[in-house]
Amino acid sequence: MREKLENIRIKALEAIQDATDLKTFEDLRVNYLGKKGELTAALRGMKDLSKEERPVIGQVANEVREKVEQALASKKEALESAAQNKALQDEIIDITMSGKKMPVGKLHPLDQTLEEIQRIFMGMGYEVISGREVETSYYNFDALNLGPQHPARDEQDTFYFTPDIVLRTCTSPSQVHTMENQSLPIRMVAPGKVYRSDEVDATHSPVFHQIEGLVIDENITFGDLKGVLLEFAKRFFGDKVTLKFRPHYFPFTEPSAEVDVSCVMCEGSGCSVCKQEGFIEVLGCGMVHPKVLEMAGIDSTKYQGFAFGMGVERLTMLKYNINDLRLFYENDVRFLDQF
Amino acid sequence: MNVPMSWLRQYVTLDMDIKTYADKMTLSGSKVEKIEELGKEITNVVVGKIEKVEQHPDADKLRIMQVNIGANEKIQIITAAKNVELGDVVPVALDGATLANDLKIKNSKLRGVPSQGMFCSVEELGFTQEQFPDAPEDGIYIFKQEMILGEDVKPYFGLGEEVIEYEITANRPDCFSILGIAKEASATFGVPFNFPEIEVGECSDDANSLVKINIQNEELCPRYSGRVIENVKVGPSPKWLQDRLLSAGLRPINNIVDITNFVLLEFGQPMHAFDYDKLSGREINVRNAKDGEFLVTLLGEHINLDDSMLVVADAEKPVAIAGIMGGENSKVTEETTTILFECANFDGFNVRQTSKKTNIMSDSSKKFVKGLDPNNVEPALLRAVQLLKMVTDGVNDRGSVDVYPKKREPLTISYDVDWINSFLGLSLGEDKMVEIFERLEFKVDESSKKVTIPTSRPDVTMMADLSEEVARIYGYDKIPLTLERAKPTVGVKTKEQLLIEKIRNVMHSNGVYGALTYTFESPKVYDKLNYPEGSPARDALKISNPLGEDFSIMRTTTLNGMLNALSTNYNRRNETVALYEIGKVFEKTEKDLPNEIEKLTVGMYGKDIDFYSLKGVLEGVLLALKIEKFEVKRNSTLLFMHTGRCADLFINNKYVGYFGEIHPQVAKNYDLDTRVYVCEIDIKPLLTYSKLDNIKYTALPKYPSTSRDIAMLIKKDVLVGDIEKLIKQRGGKLLTSVELFDVYEGKQIEDNQKSVAYRLVFRANDRTLTEEDVQKFMKKILQGLETEMNAKLRD
Repeated sequence: MREKLENIRIKALEAIQDATDLKTFEDLRVNYLGKKGELTAALRGMKDLSKEERPVIGQVANEVREKVEQALASKKEALESAAQNKALQDEIIDITMSGKKMPVGKLHPLDQTLEEIQRIFMGMGYEVISGREVETSYYNFDALNLGPQHPARDEQDTFYFTPDIVLRTCTSPSQVHTMENQSLPIRMVAPGKVYRSDEVDATHSPVFHQIEGLVIDENITFGDLKGVLLEFAKRFFGDKVTLKFRPHYFPFTEPSAEVDVSCVMCEGSGCSVCKQEGFIEVLGCGMVHPKVLEMAGIDSTKYQGFAFGMGVERLTMLKYNINDLRLFYENDVRFLDQF
Repeated sequence: MNVPMSWLRQYVTLDMDIKTYADKMTLSGSKVEKIEELGKEITNVVVGKIEKVEQHPDADKLRIMQVNIGANEKIQIITAAKNVELGDVVPVALDGATLANDLKIKNSKLRGVPSQGMFCSVEELGFTQEQFPDAPEDGIYIFKQEMILGEDVKPYFGLGEEVIEYEITANRPDCFSILGIAKEASATFGVPFNFPEIEVGECSDDANSLVKINIQNEELCPRYSGRVIENVKVGPSPKWLQDRLLSAGLRPINNIVDITNFVLLEFGQPMHAFDYDKLSGREINVRNAKDGEFLVTLLGEHINLDDSMLVVADAEKPVAIAGIMGGENSKVTEETTTILFECANFDGFNVRQTSKKTNIMSDSSKKFVKGLDPNNVEPALLRAVQLLKMVTDGVNDRGSVDVYPKKREPLTISYDVDWINSFLGLSLGEDKMVEIFERLEFKVDESSKKVTIPTSRPDVTMMADLSEEVARIYGYDKIPLTLERAKPTVGVKTKEQLLIEKIRNVMHSNGVYGALTYTFESPKVYDKLNYPEGSPARDALKISNPLGEDFSIMRTTTLNGMLNALSTNYNRRNETVALYEIGKVFEKTEKDLPNEIEKLTVGMYGKDIDFYSLKGVLEGVLLALKIEKFEVKRNSTLLFMHTGRCADLFINNKYVGYFGEIHPQVAKNYDLDTRVYVCEIDIKPLLTYSKLDNIKYTALPKYPSTSRDIAMLIKKDVLVGDIEKLIKQRGGKLLTSVELFDVYEGKQIEDNQKSVAYRLVFRANDRTLTEEDVQKFMKKILQGLETEMNAKLRD
């Protein structure tokens, strides 16, 4: 009997070992452990054994059964995993095929620049002001210290509807509205469309975008203006950037400056983008002219402030190395998709 | 403003290299635009004398010349030039020379005979014949004066000179002169400024008897000085004077014109010279022109004058348009023997307006428009007299008549060291500030803390101006960077700006790209868009000075911009395109200023894009803004839209815009040979009715829902919107959703019918619905569909 069980064990384990598919495996399971299986039959034969033999053989039989069951279980696991691996193999796909096109739309590159600038200044406590595009000449000129005889009021630069109504030539009228309407301190940026009578070419457009900034409070200094603009420039152009402040003239600020930023392409060593200068002019700024403060009803002996303005097209062109401003207004999706 | 360095160095000692000079000048406010060395590329051109001339043996048009190039060195040059002869002294380009336009000269053979260089014309040295009136046309330049053989010709032609171009800001008219730049350089580098020594010598001083000067409009002419000079011989200027003008880019003409030009450059003060004998009545009247008067200018142009224009007239007629240009009737010619030098101050604004009206821009008017200092008149005039005496012998100076009714006095203002320091963020001592003021020729009185500003600096009128002077001379770059410590403010966008951000996000997540278009356009777009005649939209705001008709009205619809953008894409073969723009239209009002109305415009065409794609995007916007009460109604009246595929959008019963398919004819007008879908929606009501501020959480359902599908045959023209309305009405509170999942017309269905199928979902919040619950409502719905809408239910 013992021998018989031993034979069953050897035969079964061999057969299990050799099984290569789940079907053969199932047959084996039935053959050995099923109701009519060999081992079951052998165990049934136990009842013919003597009382003394029965526990000994019983133990052997159980061991054999356990072995066979274990072998079956591990074989089952192996076969199942092999079958799964095969299924996965059969499902290999070409991962180089392109992805399914899901809808993607993007903010216009000029709006992206505007958003980025707004975000930077909002982080420094500036609120965002929207303003009119058609303005009175008072807000566009007089209130900004451009008197009736100022050359900037010439028709060459400004679009007029009537002598008193114009398309704003800069976002600065928003400064005046803000100073008139809000309580101090003021920290604001005003983005928007502005208009100048320039023929369309690669660097000019009669409609373009500016963003203007204004801070008014007590104890504001020119050094603060420099500090804020460097902070902005680092965030917008990158940490390595340096600024150069050059004296300039704007009627609504005194002192005034034009600001050059170290070239984003060559970092100041000179290249075609900066025309070998190493620096590129990016914005105008200055301390708000006392007359502008007074006209807006702010006591210029007590309060000071600074203002700055920059061209969004220019900044965007610099940032992405775009050489033709007209691309922004063509709205070719192949262009819009690049940003 | 172009300033030759050698000229500048006459007044100020500058020993730094040119790059350092330029950088520092830029940082003190005189921005250097360009440093140019005239004729930089030209090398190896010397003075040579033709000492022997022979015919070339094998070429009729060539001659062989032996040329002495100094130190008795002789070279042989073969030339085709016709205008040179034995004994002529000419510029000779030697072997290895470079001429203008990078022309390289090398030893060569011409028809077998060696040639060791080339004779040069002024063109080959980079000039035009116009700049050298004595140069022959298409010929070799021949020196007329004594030259040293073998010497470099560049100095003779004013080449090799470094010329700096400055950008001068509008507030600094004083810097439109070489003396002005010299003063700036002196202040910038802290070196002395040497005003030119002006010495005119004896003068018989009886000018008042020679000319009467009468200013009738003191406002427009604050000062007029005339000086009579007899015994003048008009002729070419000496070389040094011609060179000075050439180096600054001006063409020498004759001694009189050259002197006025020299003073114009040096002092920034325009002058004019009249032929004294041609002035009727020996009189100068500065007055407004009379209507009907005219002047033929120096250049022969007939100009009609009006009474807004200031003229210089003699007893009878205008002889010059003040500050702009002299007349032919009184101009200096070779026969002139007595001149009247005019040195005057005219109002810049009036000169600008007259210059614009007459369309004449002269070197003189360009200076006057900046607004000049009347106190500059006197030294400038004396300088001209001095120069005239220098360049022509035997002139008889008869003195000046100076009419200057209201002398401009220098302004005295206070300074406050602490205020300036705190304004700039500096901590300079008073002595430092005083030093800066003095460098700028401001007179300082430390005891009363006052500075007196020269009249050449009308831009300095208050302490803020003084602080700019301190800052720029001390150096903007030396002001320490700080961050302002104003009281805190909150950096925010307004609610409107935030909601617009939300709208943009919906666009982007639906594959719609942001576009930007021009806000002004042509009035013709209304025809292109098929707007009816008399449509109020055609009454657009007109720009009075547009850049042509195409940009002449403020848009009242965004449609044209959008269709142009789509058309650009379509014609560049971009297959599927969806764009949106958030931008304004402008609506005339009774008041001065128009209404500026912000619009959301969407446009799309291409694969799988139809009416419902656009509607889906719009519904996305409404969903994102939590606008629940909206309604869509058919609109078949817009002429530019497809009559069967256009709808109006209402929010809270208020019309906010339209959407749908563009009329095929309008699409064709924009070269769009495809179906195009657009909407134009007012943004403001979207913001008004947005319920985003009012979101309250609803508990998620605890009990399962039950769904029922129904399909029906119904008349084609019944709107599914109406079917849904009925289902919702009859479905009661338990009906939680009605979803259309199939619409079919065609085979197996009668012609005037369509098949419509819905999935209805029922749910209660407090229990699991039973079959009976649902059945009760289904029955009501089905009955309603059958009786009210004449629908036939399908199994």
